[in-house]
Amino acid sequence: MHTSPPVAADIRELETIAAQIRCDLVRMIHIARMGHPGGSLSAADLVTALYFQVMRIDPARPDWPERDRFILSKGHACPVWYAALIRRGYLGRECLDTLRCLDSLLQGHPDMVKTPGVEMTAGSLGHGLSAGLGMALAARVRGLNYRVWVMIGDGETQEGSIWEAAMAAPNLRLDNLTVILDRNRIQNDDLIDNIMPIEPLAAKWKSFGWHVMEIDGHEMAQVVDALEASREAEPQPVIIIANTVKGKGVSFMEDNPFWHGNAPDADQTAQALQEICAAAGLEVADVD
Amino acid sequence: MSTSRYRYLRPEVPELLRAGTLFRDGEKRSTRFSYADEMLVLGEQLDNVVMLNADVSKGMGTFTFGQRFPEREFNLGIAEQNTIAAAAGMAHAGLIPFVSTYAIFATLRGLDMIRNSVCYTHANVKIACSHAGITPAEDGATHQGQEDLTLMRAMPGMTVIAPADELTTRRAVQAAAEWQGPVYISMTKEPVPFLYDESYPFAIGRAVTIREGDDATIIANRDMVAQALLAAESAAAEGLDVRVIDCHTLKPLDEEAILVAARETGAIVTAEDNILVGGLGSAVAELLIEHGPVPMRRIGIDETFAQSGPYLDLLERYGLSAGHIVQAVREVVARKGDA
Repeated sequence: MHTSPPVAADIRELETIAAQIRCDLVRMIHIARMGHPGGSLSAADLVTALYFQVMRIDPARPDWPERDRFILSKGHACPVWYAALIRRGYLGRECLDTLRCLDSLLQGHPDMVKTPGVEMTAGSLGHGLSAGLGMALAARVRGLNYRVWVMIGDGETQEGSIWEAAMAAPNLRLDNLTVILDRNRIQNDDLIDNIMPIEPLAAKWKSFGWHVMEIDGHEMAQVVDALEASREAEPQPVIIIANTVKGKGVSFMEDNPFWHGNAPDADQTAQALQEICAAAGLEVADVD
Repeated sequence: MSTSRYRYLRPEVPELLRAGTLFRDGEKRSTRFSYADEMLVLGEQLDNVVMLNADVSKGMGTFTFGQRFPEREFNLGIAEQNTIAAAAGMAHAGLIPFVSTYAIFATLRGLDMIRNSVCYTHANVKIACSHAGITPAEDGATHQGQEDLTLMRAMPGMTVIAPADELTTRRAVQAAAEWQGPVYISMTKEPVPFLYDESYPFAIGRAVTIREGDDATIIANRDMVAQALLAAESAAAEGLDVRVIDCHTLKPLDEEAILVAARETGAIVTAEDNILVGGLGSAVAELLIEHGPVPMRRIGIDETFAQSGPYLDLLERYGLSAGHIVQAVREVVARKGDA
């Protein structure tokens, strides 16, 4: 089996990378003067674990047929994806300054045609799980050995198409599909509980035939363990409900629906970087 | 006199046109079944072709693909959104998925997926739909995909084909598989006449003149090609020599063939079993208004939902029959001197 060696040797190192990615995405959104920081920060530890520990990928061969595929179905959180792709070597660091700019590789929502490493376009919610299901099924048809990892939002599960895919994947016995549900409890307009509650989530997915795991999406050891364990859940597809905090790591953004889709100004950005770095034992000046 | 004006038609078709018996039993077939049959051929030719059904595999005839290639057919149930986005994922993983369902379900329920996951990503997905236009006649308005051509034409990068008969449907399937990128094939529930012989020169984006004529041109697609031929035959009896173009590819449009027809015949009638907004008539009008306006009329469904009833009766009721086309031809010919 072709696998790339894990980039991060231990949990501590992954946590450091996650902090760097958080800093990068906050900077990126600040420079763009718009974007979605809350759901990017909530997903940062999960995406870091995937790209720096769990997924079988090779940035030097983005078209390797047997690479694992990651889809960010909650496409508005793409700054976290871009930041990970930059840190992992799919994209140059100069891209950081170009989010949402004309002719940039980094579109406002993920665009697989324009951005190396982006496996599927997203933005309209409720597509990515189906696309991932199709990729997982294609592995079976073509006799290839790869796993598909799809991150969906919790608010996104209000889309009917999510449940079409949720019904199909277990019936197709897709054992090469892991869904990570970023359970940050906030959607665009307000708390999910104030808009259209989605619980009981675990029971819903279990009743559809999924192997359900539930973790703290910010405890790196738990995240890595759950992602790795999901490989062994044959013959079911797996969903990892990752309980997270929207805006995680930036005190004034945490649990505040305002930061679903607003950019921090210069002072807010400085404070955000300070807080993220302090929590990770880093100096802001070193995270560049 | 008129027989020699025809091109590529099966030898018996001119006689059937003259006798008015084009739609007689045994001489027609639903193009959905022509599609299903050709998919069996394609499945043998290409092992990366997969069939995605959505609970109308019996209505489409495409259950046969699953019988022949069980490992390459997936019936994803009554879930068009999931089916179409899954097809995009499969295409991006190296397969050529053909999504088979009815026009109204794919192009309306699945439109967001067609736009964002298929067309925007340049996915090599083929969407093949029956029940286009009013061809699911007795099923009524909820099943009549009268805007599929409009919607698919509005998708950047989508190739849109509306073949008129069995032979061109089979050719369209082969061409779609060779074509890199999304293709939509619009087909009929109602049986349509076998029109063409093997000499028909099918190519995506190339409209075909199937009747020569100098007084006016009827440009038609899908099931309206048969009505256009009937109209031309009828017009010939009045002394009008009408060209007929089978514009099977709505996008990319064969602009050259249309501009030449406008220049040489000086009057255009378009005929489509589709709403008038944004379909073939719109495409032709948009072209001509910029590059060579001539008297023109559009035959199509005009701002209404149709009802249940026999197909030929519906054509008559909603202004789509050969008789309505002939009347439009008379009008545009009469206006030729006005400009």
